Amino acid sequence: MYAVEVSNLEKRFERRSAGRGRSARRRRSVAALAGVSFVIERRECVAILGQNGSGKSTLVRALSTLLLPDGGTAKVFGRDVVRDAGEVRRLVNRVSVEASFFKKMSALENLSYAARFYGLTPRITRARIPEILERVGFPVVRASAPMEELSRGMQQKVALARALLTSPVLLLLDEPTTGLDPRSKREVQSFITDIRAEHDTTILLCTHDLAEAEALAERVGILHAGRLLALERSEDLLRRYDAATLEEAFFSATGSAIDLDARPDEADEVWA
Amino acid sequence: MRLRSRIPPPGAGAATPLAFDGELVSHGSLREQLIGLGGVVERNSYLIKRYGWWELAFFIWTVANTLTVVFIAKGVSAGGGHLNVQRETTTLLIGAVIWAYLGIIFEILTETVAWERWEGTIEYTFMAPLSRAVHLGGMGLFSVLYGVARTALLFVVIALFFGLHLAAADFGAALLLLAIASISFVGLGMITAVLPLISPEKGAQLGFIAQGLLLVVSGVYYPVSILPQWMQWIATVSPATYALRGIRSAVLNGAGVSGCWSDIWPLLILGVVSIPLGLAVFRAGERYAKRHGKLKRSG
Repeated sequence: MYAVEVSNLEKRFERRSAGRGRSARRRRSVAALAGVSFVIERRECVAILGQNGSGKSTLVRALSTLLLPDGGTAKVFGRDVVRDAGEVRRLVNRVSVEASFFKKMSALENLSYAARFYGLTPRITRARIPEILERVGFPVVRASAPMEELSRGMQQKVALARALLTSPVLLLLDEPTTGLDPRSKREVQSFITDIRAEHDTTILLCTHDLAEAEALAERVGILHAGRLLALERSEDLLRRYDAATLEEAFFSATGSAIDLDARPDEADEVWA
Repeated sequence: MRLRSRIPPPGAGAATPLAFDGELVSHGSLREQLIGLGGVVERNSYLIKRYGWWELAFFIWTVANTLTVVFIAKGVSAGGGHLNVQRETTTLLIGAVIWAYLGIIFEILTETVAWERWEGTIEYTFMAPLSRAVHLGGMGLFSVLYGVARTALLFVVIALFFGLHLAAADFGAALLLLAIASISFVGLGMITAVLPLISPEKGAQLGFIAQGLLLVVSGVYYPVSILPQWMQWIATVSPATYALRGIRSAVLNGAGVSGCWSDIWPLLILGVVSIPLGLAVFRAGERYAKRHGKLKRSG
């Protein structure tokens, strides 16, 4: 049984046209995922590279049961993300680019109620939350401070702690280090490496950081305009595109550099 | 094949579903759902605690608003109108208090969803293995507990202010009516909570419109009988109509449970209908949001 099995997955969104007047009311259908297929083995770490708007977040949302696909199937340990959504939710957790929390509440409060949603009692979380916070390098003395008083790096560490608190067998990391300062970025990446070394967790890492993908993942995929162009070990990817670096391989595959010519981020797109 | 995530280490008392041998060990036991229900109540209590000063300000505003309404009885009397001031003051007080209670339930159910959309936490709530009934039920339970506490305090403050003597009141029957009405109020709250799920910008406003409609037709400050016929028809499906009439009967006339039965049974029927209806509407909204990618963070 594969940890993740995605077959011909499709998702389209209606998008309002830019501009004013009548043209702004026109809507066009945009393919966020256009027949994506791949598998991930248990305990494997797979990185998906793609520009903003390439469909990475849509893929992660579909796997975490937050989006209903228009076509194809996606399975997590044999459970269909639509038909068996309840079971999939017990196996998956996610860290996204935005560490979404109730900002007035503290890290302890945010983690505490979130753990309850997964059936963890106060007796368990009283011991486990400080332990996990310490493990991700979060200063436990700040655990009672409102989230809004914490740096972006610290918030992202709490987001990692929230995901790990529920012991997911599939961890979905959607640009977990985007926007972090270099030190926080290194700490988060080092923690992901530790999880890979010590724990039985399968990881899907979506990123546009080539070095991060190369350092953390066993296989690297290129997602462009909703299509998965390749998913191979990085050395095979270099060979396939006759490239010296992943950046060159990405350019050969997509015709554009990963950080340039970026389409608007999905978070900024206006979906109708 | 045995899969077990080891963060935290096995045997540390983790929820069992993450360990499985081909099949999931747990499919979401009742115990886990009850813990989840407690988590929803816990979350909302943290929010109230963190916004304590806002809550105090809203309470003072509600006291002032209720006083303004209840003074109307004295004003009419002072203007030469013939009425039993004590009785009319209590009638208006009950209207204002039940209206405040209904407002708290709607506000907590609707605004928590809107808040979750703004903060982006709604995706994490929907990713959790928490049934929608438990999720919404937890918010409903919190809103009832918090609403009862706040409106009871409001009632006592205003009753003391006006020196109301309610010796004949049957508060037991009044509380029973409020408890039964709360089921319908929570069901309606679930329906209005779907609006900010789809559009956090417009959803809250539409919730206010729904709440305002109930204010007009349910006889909060005047008898339903004075309304145009079409409004009276709408009033028959508003749980607030029966809650207000029954509670006034219990508090003003000392009517017991049997005396209020004509208001209790419609509330029971509305309660039985409104919760499944609320859940169905919310689930439909959730499906729509998931199909159209509406759960992403707004704001």
